[in-house]
Amino acid sequence: MNNVKLRDSNLFRLIVFVLIPLVFLISCGLKPKSYLTGIVVTIGIYVILCASLNLINGFSGMFSMGHAAFMAIGAYLSAFLTLPSNVKENMCSGLPDWLIHTQAPFAVALIVGGLGAMLVAVLIAFPVVRTKGHYLSVVTLALIVVVCAVVDNQESWTNGSRGLNGIPAKSNIVSVYIVMVITLFLLFRIIRSSYGRGLIAMRDDPVAAQTLGINLVRKKISCFAISAFFAGVGGALWGHYLTAISSSGFYFTKSFDIVEISIIGGMSSLSGSILGAIFFTVIPEFLAPLESGLKIAGVKLPAMFGLSNIIMALLLILLIIFRRQGLMGNSEIILESWFSKDTYLSLFKKEEYQKLAAGFKNLFARKKKQ
Amino acid sequence: MTASYVLSMLVSGLKLGSIYAIVAIGYSIVYGILRLINFAHGDIMTVGVYLVLVLMNSLGVPVVACIVISVGFSVIVGLLIERLAYRPLRDSTEETTLISSLAVSSLLQNLLQMVFGSQRKPFLLPNWLTQSHKLGAVSLSTINILTFIITAVFLIALYFILTRTKIGMAMRACSENMNAARLMGINVNRVVMFAFAIGSGMAVIAGVLLAGEYKTIYPTLGFVPGLKAFCAAVVGGIGSTGGAVAGAFIIGLAEMLFAGLMPASVTAYRDAFVFLLMVIVLLFRPNGLFGHAEGGRS
Amino acid sequence: MLKVENLVVKYGSITAVDQISFEVGDNETVAMIGANGAGKSTTLKAISGLHKISAGRIFFDGKEISKTGADQIVRAGLVQVPEGRQIFNKLSVSENLTMGAYIMKDKDAQERNRELAYTLFPILKERARQAAGTLSGGEQQMLAIGRALMSSPRMLLLDEPSMGLSPIMTQQVFAALEQLKKEGMTILLIEQNAYDALEISDRAYIMETGRITLEGSSADLIADERVKNAYLGGEL
Repeated sequence: MNNVKLRDSNLFRLIVFVLIPLVFLISCGLKPKSYLTGIVVTIGIYVILCASLNLINGFSGMFSMGHAAFMAIGAYLSAFLTLPSNVKENMCSGLPDWLIHTQAPFAVALIVGGLGAMLVAVLIAFPVVRTKGHYLSVVTLALIVVVCAVVDNQESWTNGSRGLNGIPAKSNIVSVYIVMVITLFLLFRIIRSSYGRGLIAMRDDPVAAQTLGINLVRKKISCFAISAFFAGVGGALWGHYLTAISSSGFYFTKSFDIVEISIIGGMSSLSGSILGAIFFTVIPEFLAPLESGLKIAGVKLPAMFGLSNIIMALLLILLIIFRRQGLMGNSEIILESWFSKDTYLSLFKKEEYQKLAAGFKNLFARKKKQ
Repeated sequence: MTASYVLSMLVSGLKLGSIYAIVAIGYSIVYGILRLINFAHGDIMTVGVYLVLVLMNSLGVPVVACIVISVGFSVIVGLLIERLAYRPLRDSTEETTLISSLAVSSLLQNLLQMVFGSQRKPFLLPNWLTQSHKLGAVSLSTINILTFIITAVFLIALYFILTRTKIGMAMRACSENMNAARLMGINVNRVVMFAFAIGSGMAVIAGVLLAGEYKTIYPTLGFVPGLKAFCAAVVGGIGSTGGAVAGAFIIGLAEMLFAGLMPASVTAYRDAFVFLLMVIVLLFRPNGLFGHAEGGRS
Repeated sequence: MLKVENLVVKYGSITAVDQISFEVGDNETVAMIGANGAGKSTTLKAISGLHKISAGRIFFDGKEISKTGADQIVRAGLVQVPEGRQIFNKLSVSENLTMGAYIMKDKDAQERNRELAYTLFPILKERARQAAGTLSGGEQQMLAIGRALMSSPRMLLLDEPSMGLSPIMTQQVFAALEQLKKEGMTILLIEQNAYDALEISDRAYIMETGRITLEGSSADLIADERVKNAYLGGEL
């Protein structure tokens, strides 16, 4: 029991990664209309988007910047399926009749949104897998331009650059977090499967992976498709959260935001997307007062719009200079704790309590030594 | 659709291509040496144009002096960015520096927004620059003609620098093999700074030409033209200077002909067309038209 | 002229060079011999400033250069001919030589050096305007040596100049080194081709898995049973 560290204790993990967040989420869930709950919902959606991006950027050796395009596809498809028929007749009169009169359940709409994004991903995967490195990133950027141009110009379907509004507000803390946990669970199972090990092999050494019998092209296309599916679902949730969408919300900036979250948390860690999303969402909230002019020690600062973005950009540069691997590196401690039954069984095991105590004792002992 | 209309479209395409070429070269020489897509390149251009605007409108400085000062200032901005945001990441992965350049881009855009506001401002050049001349079937403004002249001068000067001067040769040497260049006693940092200085300075000139054409300026002015110039560099084979120029003219011409000759319902897809064109080129030539395969670099 | 004390070089957590010390005197030709992966190239990279050293000190002309930048080391007169030649393929032969003289301000001296390189390797003059990538392996090695001579170095570091060359080309390259040696150049030569290296050098060090295991005059080493068995194929 001498070298037990706190993070090795299942009980400690249960408390920190499961119980405390759960209590927090439930308390937010009790006040669904509060400002804080809105932030928490945003974080949940960002986690889905970022974790799915990490599958490509952190595990496959490709670097995509096109997530906003998949989000847009998911958001629009889901909106088409859930908007009330009379609204659709007004805003999207060009849609086929059957679609105007379709009212799909929320879950179906999300899945269709994901599948639509997946389909497009498979289509563009062909130029994507033929290119490497930066060229690949650029092709994914091009996808954003193309998707946004289609959205803007297919006015009879999408209402053009005015966008769609009145989308049912179905993204709440319950639905978002259920989808988030399912997404993380599936992605976690994927990276820990033989398929995922193949991805990582391809990332670390494509030539060696090929000699091991890994079909790089099939691997890249499937990885892109899986990632796009969840990005589509995330985009759909985003639409149902905002209730109003337009192409400008799915342009480069949105993609860069997701990439930024991924970098903050650590590209090669699904758990990192949780930390990344929290930091990315919460820090600007603290900086927001600066934008509208803050009083510090009696001195009223002028309003400076854009300041919080500037500070975020500076923080990002500092982060990649001093901690390139992101906050989590490639650790999966959070998801390992969530999806292992040992974590939950630890509540009923006596030795886990002893381990927790020993962990605390060692922590304080180490502190004293320093 | 008359012949003179097509001709004027061709001339417009060449003009746009010229501007892209000046920007694309900046992308290309930096990429060639550092393997860095400098997304902030287009924003450095915007910074320069705003400075011209301030000097011209608020202080009444003659326009040529404005541009000279602004070029100098932007070169310093470019060098500062290289020193603070890119050099500390010199030995890291390609993605890391790419992210850094995205962050710098966002920083510059927001800084401009904070100082000047996000709304569009008129950018009007003096009359002698905008008055038009009739040349045969096409009419061109002074600034259009200057665009061609400036581009030609830049290209010739750049060719001379790259093939006849030591620093230019060192740039080519660095872009091929940085370690071997170090073994020659080449101070790689100085070469990188030189590339950033040339790129930033040229970008400002291109920015003034572009804003003069649009007659308006806003904080994200440079971003999309910057990306299109980058597409041009990619089409030509990024890292190859000649390729960047060729790509720029291909993109400029294709974009103008698309916008001018296609039915109105399609021309809204102008930006998408440029990016699709790039994707199609990459499908058949994954390293661009004149590019070499990546890798083989130690 | 060159003195290395307790040099340690690491790649991450792997120690590639472990506490080696050696020196090269004025006008001396010293060979360092060892198998693939013994740490020879790493040692050279550390000396030239291309790889960070973890411990130990390096002196050139009595001045410490352990933390000096690669370009400053070249300016001091210590020039490396890198492994695998690493010429600039897209530059012409002549431009490659110009790059070799990058640090020289004096145009006349530069032209004199160019003539010297052309006299040593006449083929380079014939191919002066050709892209260097079109040269054969042996010609590229000659270019790499010629390029290194352009800055009037006082000492050359050569990393496996015979690698990948035909026996005839190897002989030509070594003949050129012999010539340089006669003119008083100080040389540190790293080779797997132990026989040629011992023939040309005054002294030699044997390196194995990051350490120097044997040192002595080249004439002694060439007769040493252990060296014969391990590096000279045993039958000489």
